[in-house]
Amino acid sequence: MTDHNHDHDHEQPHPYQPDIEDAPFTHYQVMAEAVIELLTEKNVVTADEFRAQLEMTDSKTPANGAKLVAKAWTDPAFKERLMANVNDAAEELGIDAGHIPLRCVESTPDLHNVIVCTLCSCYPRMLIGLPPGWYKSRAYRARTVKEPRTVLREFGTEIADNVEVRVHDSTADLRYMVLPIRPDGTEGLSEAELAALVTRDSLIGVSVVKAPEEA
Amino acid sequence: MSEHLRRPHDLGGLDDDAVDRGEHDHEPWEKRVDSIMRLCSDKKRHLLTVDEMRRGIEDLGPGAYDDLSYYERWISSLANNLIAKDVISIDDLGRKMTEIEARWEADREAEK
Amino acid sequence: MSHYQIGDQVSIRASFPPGHIRTPTFIRGKSGVIESIQGTYKNPEELAYGRPGTPAQTLYRVRFRQSDLWADYSGPEHDTAVVDIYEHWLAPLSAAPYGDTP
Repeated sequence: MTDHNHDHDHEQPHPYQPDIEDAPFTHYQVMAEAVIELLTEKNVVTADEFRAQLEMTDSKTPANGAKLVAKAWTDPAFKERLMANVNDAAEELGIDAGHIPLRCVESTPDLHNVIVCTLCSCYPRMLIGLPPGWYKSRAYRARTVKEPRTVLREFGTEIADNVEVRVHDSTADLRYMVLPIRPDGTEGLSEAELAALVTRDSLIGVSVVKAPEEA
Repeated sequence: MSEHLRRPHDLGGLDDDAVDRGEHDHEPWEKRVDSIMRLCSDKKRHLLTVDEMRRGIEDLGPGAYDDLSYYERWISSLANNLIAKDVISIDDLGRKMTEIEARWEADREAEK
Repeated sequence: MSHYQIGDQVSIRASFPPGHIRTPTFIRGKSGVIESIQGTYKNPEELAYGRPGTPAQTLYRVRFRQSDLWADYSGPEHDTAVVDIYEHWLAPLSAAPYGDTP
């Protein structure tokens, strides 16, 4: 990072520079920084707002979704509230779910849910963070709707034929998370211990949650 | 008649290879694109909507999906939209890009 | 007031215009069942051009049988797909059961 004179007190951002070790910077990296600098110079965004947005994005992780799942597993009344309104249920646990409407689809012994956005990469990011690269990939977006069981198998997940596989394509304003099945053998675990078992992939539906000895 | 119009982003049902499950952290520049996009479309600024940004990506044409990465598509769309809406000018953007490229080159030289 | 009710059989219009469409190609011309009604939202096709997107459209979740969507679907008959669709892309399916619209 370049040396920067901090004597003066103004709103210009600390100049960003790609790491020396990285590959040569690209046209698009330069464009990105140019847009950011121009908008900051014009006071369309402030350095503080930009920093806060970066931090906010980094603060969203699948741990938030896992908390909701663990509580739903242990508290039937909470689960009802979660199924009725995910945003409100998240706020109950101190999670800022944002204003985009979230929905929860519950997997059961008869039904396995998996989420995709075929048109772009819509994802419940306010709840579980930025989507993984594969979720945004052409392969996932193209194939999950038409051969979900094969795609699930690529994630090491086998769903029995007598269980319905339901694919949800989030094409509009709603964002989806899966409420996965609570695995057998977890009866004695605390909410925090249960939450630790819930992976990001199980919230998307490409994996199921495994009990500790299976993991 | 011939094959119906399928726009380049409309991927559901197309053939493709096995999903590459490799996990890569987002690069800092990608997170910066993400953040500036969110700010531009937030309630305070509402310079543009996510819908306009999505359309901007779709209008980049089929090559965009082959040649550009996810965040390269988003920053292209954002820049085009901001220009179309007269938030930034093409000239300002071009000059700023030249300035930044020169600055980064110079910094790299200096660090060697 | 939404035009369709939960349980209604509907078809997705087989229309292929350019523009910012949020109805994926793979369901156009197909039929399914209204699973739920999700409120009203501004029309993204209009928002995409900086227009207000009003009047707001009712958003439905429509459930399809995978075997109706894909000629070579290899999974069991009971597998489904659910897609969020705006009202103006739906048409009633009068007497016909699940399946491709003729």
